[in-house]
Amino acid sequence: MSPAHLSALPGGKSGKPRHHILSVLVENKAGVLSRVAGLFSRRGFNIYSLAVAPTDENEHFSRITIVVDVESAPLEQVIMQLDKLVNVVSIGELSPSEAVERELLLVTVDVGPTERSQVIQLVGVFGGEVVSVGADRITVMLAGRPEKIDDFEGLLESYTVVELQRTGRVALPKLERH
Amino acid sequence: MQLTGAQALIKSLEMQGVDVMFGLPGGAILPVYDPIIDSSIRHILVRHEQGAGHMAEGYAMVTGKPGVAMVTSGPGATNIVTPLANAYMDSTPLVVVSGQVATGSIGTDAFQECDITGVTMGITKHNWLIKDVDDIPRVVAAAFHVATTGRPGPVLIDFPKDIANASMEWYWPTSVDDLDLPGYHPLTVGDPGLVRQAAELIRTAHRPVLYVGGGVLKARAAEALRVLAERTGIPVVTTLMARGAFPDSHPQCLGMPGMHGHYTAVTAMQRSDLLISLGARFDDRVTGKISAFAPEAKIIHVDIDPAELGKVRKADVGIAGDCRLVVEELLSAMDAGGEAPVAQDLTPWWRQIHAWQEQFPLYYDHAEGGAIKPQMVVEQLRDAAPSDAIVVAGVGQHQMWASQYWQFDYPYTWVNSGGAGTMGFAVPASIGAKVGRPDRTVWAIDGDGCFQMTAQELVTATAEQIPVKIAILNNAYLGMVRQWQEMFYEERYSEVYLSPDLPDYVKWAEAMGCVGIRAESPEDVGPAIEKANSIDDRPVVVDFRTDAFEKVFPMVAAGQSNDDIVVHPDQEAQAR
Repeated sequence: MSPAHLSALPGGKSGKPRHHILSVLVENKAGVLSRVAGLFSRRGFNIYSLAVAPTDENEHFSRITIVVDVESAPLEQVIMQLDKLVNVVSIGELSPSEAVERELLLVTVDVGPTERSQVIQLVGVFGGEVVSVGADRITVMLAGRPEKIDDFEGLLESYTVVELQRTGRVALPKLERH
Repeated sequence: MQLTGAQALIKSLEMQGVDVMFGLPGGAILPVYDPIIDSSIRHILVRHEQGAGHMAEGYAMVTGKPGVAMVTSGPGATNIVTPLANAYMDSTPLVVVSGQVATGSIGTDAFQECDITGVTMGITKHNWLIKDVDDIPRVVAAAFHVATTGRPGPVLIDFPKDIANASMEWYWPTSVDDLDLPGYHPLTVGDPGLVRQAAELIRTAHRPVLYVGGGVLKARAAEALRVLAERTGIPVVTTLMARGAFPDSHPQCLGMPGMHGHYTAVTAMQRSDLLISLGARFDDRVTGKISAFAPEAKIIHVDIDPAELGKVRKADVGIAGDCRLVVEELLSAMDAGGEAPVAQDLTPWWRQIHAWQEQFPLYYDHAEGGAIKPQMVVEQLRDAAPSDAIVVAGVGQHQMWASQYWQFDYPYTWVNSGGAGTMGFAVPASIGAKVGRPDRTVWAIDGDGCFQMTAQELVTATAEQIPVKIAILNNAYLGMVRQWQEMFYEERYSEVYLSPDLPDYVKWAEAMGCVGIRAESPEDVGPAIEKANSIDDRPVVVDFRTDAFEKVFPMVAAGQSNDDIVVHPDQEAQAR
């Protein structure tokens, strides 16, 4: 989960596509996340990011979006091992070109009187939102494609970032146009 | 009908057709032990929970029915972790019920609390923590369904004490759809297109080998395998988990492959141009160095677990499905093709195989007069036992000698710990096997190191009148480790000496209510076995004082290629 992994992702510095998105539909039962996460560590696979929430009205099922950082052969193995978990209902592998991906960022930045307007302007350019304002700090929110979040995060490097939280990406298949 | 949770649990086990379970009560599981008094289920009280687990495994392996064990919370549950791990590695169906502290106390570090569903997550096929008394029948039915279908395996039901005391209106789920398993769809039949491809590969192969694993036994496919083998004339190897799936006495049987396999079985696989793997998983103990394994072979891989296909070795044709059904499909495909199932003349292949068999049979030095040779003990036990006797082993040298020198002609006559390599498996597993098949002679062939780990279960055997026979190949060492230290650590023996007479195995056996017999020289062996075989009203332990210097051959050193198989030094000298 280290930022060093960023360079291996599309939109990152090296551009070598090693990341895969798994969209895993699971029963919404106690311990399911632990079963999924445990399987990854047990079989020696690295989770790059993970997002989970209930996906139907009755909250019987949850969707876990997992970004894995592996070659394709072991990926096939991890999918088949995941599929054996009794609580896993279905697994979709989304290639980045066939998926819509979104991520959300919250970041708190130290801002003096001059920097305040610069940051607010930057947030405006990226289509983000200021969500909290303090005497010498502001917290902003940005949602969008992961690459866009990466760019924004990069531009913030010239300011003092107090805290930063990304959600990890969620994804669904792109729709066909007929 | 209103039942308590405890009554509902026992009634659910009865509904599943459970006739025996192995267990030991304690605080959290106490309420469940009360309705056991009124139940038709026989409960066997063990002396340690590990024993309950291995007994359930032995029972399951010889009957094909799931083994059932019951333990209390905390240490009771952790003591059965090893059997769960063992059953998971060897795909043995087990249902373990563990007591748990009351739901309100979970997470408070209550007395004898342990997060056993967390602990066993990676070593069970699935586990459940029951939080609602109404879930009991459904969860028990689901647990048996999951344990016994698809690739079988152990499951655990964690059962809090307050749930046992709560009351519910009894029901019983009538179909799989009622079990609330939306993500569980075990496979059965293989893809017909792939089956046709497999038949074509078999038809054109010059040096095929049927590589038979434990899945063939799990799928009750021994009969179908025999038809396939005889129709095609292809040689068969049976892995450690599959001994007995194809008769050792059959002329097409080459024996066991792997690290201590028969030379011909190992070498035939190495030189083969087609491996037909049925319910086997290319374990490292079979393949040796994987990059050097069977380099010219195409692979047909049949397994009920799709995750096994390509896990270790890429298959040319990978078929996910039940071994029996796939073999039957394969036979139909061969019939439908209208051609001979094997187009190539296998005579040169068989000529080569027979040459290997002649040059490198199983061998040990029979030198007269010296210490008892462990292999000789196995041969004499074998010759004096009924051909359908069940043999159970622990883990180590004795296990390999038992597998090599016994003649397995029937399925479900060999019980051992394969994947996990659990020392101490034999004594309790043999008790479970005898409970499952009281009509059969059950011999445990054990090591002195293994015996000391779980011997106390012979008290259980005596108390419950389960007349198992235990042969200890007592070489006074942790023999397999000793062998490795001799061969790979310049004879620097580190912490492997155990002593031949501490403990005194005969006195120990007698203290546990068994008959104890000692054989100290080769001429004692026959009479000791004869005496042991004449006793059928209590367990017997025979302490065979065997040659401590004997090593298991052939051997492929760990990480080496199977091409570098080492035979007995006498055979090596002769071959030069």
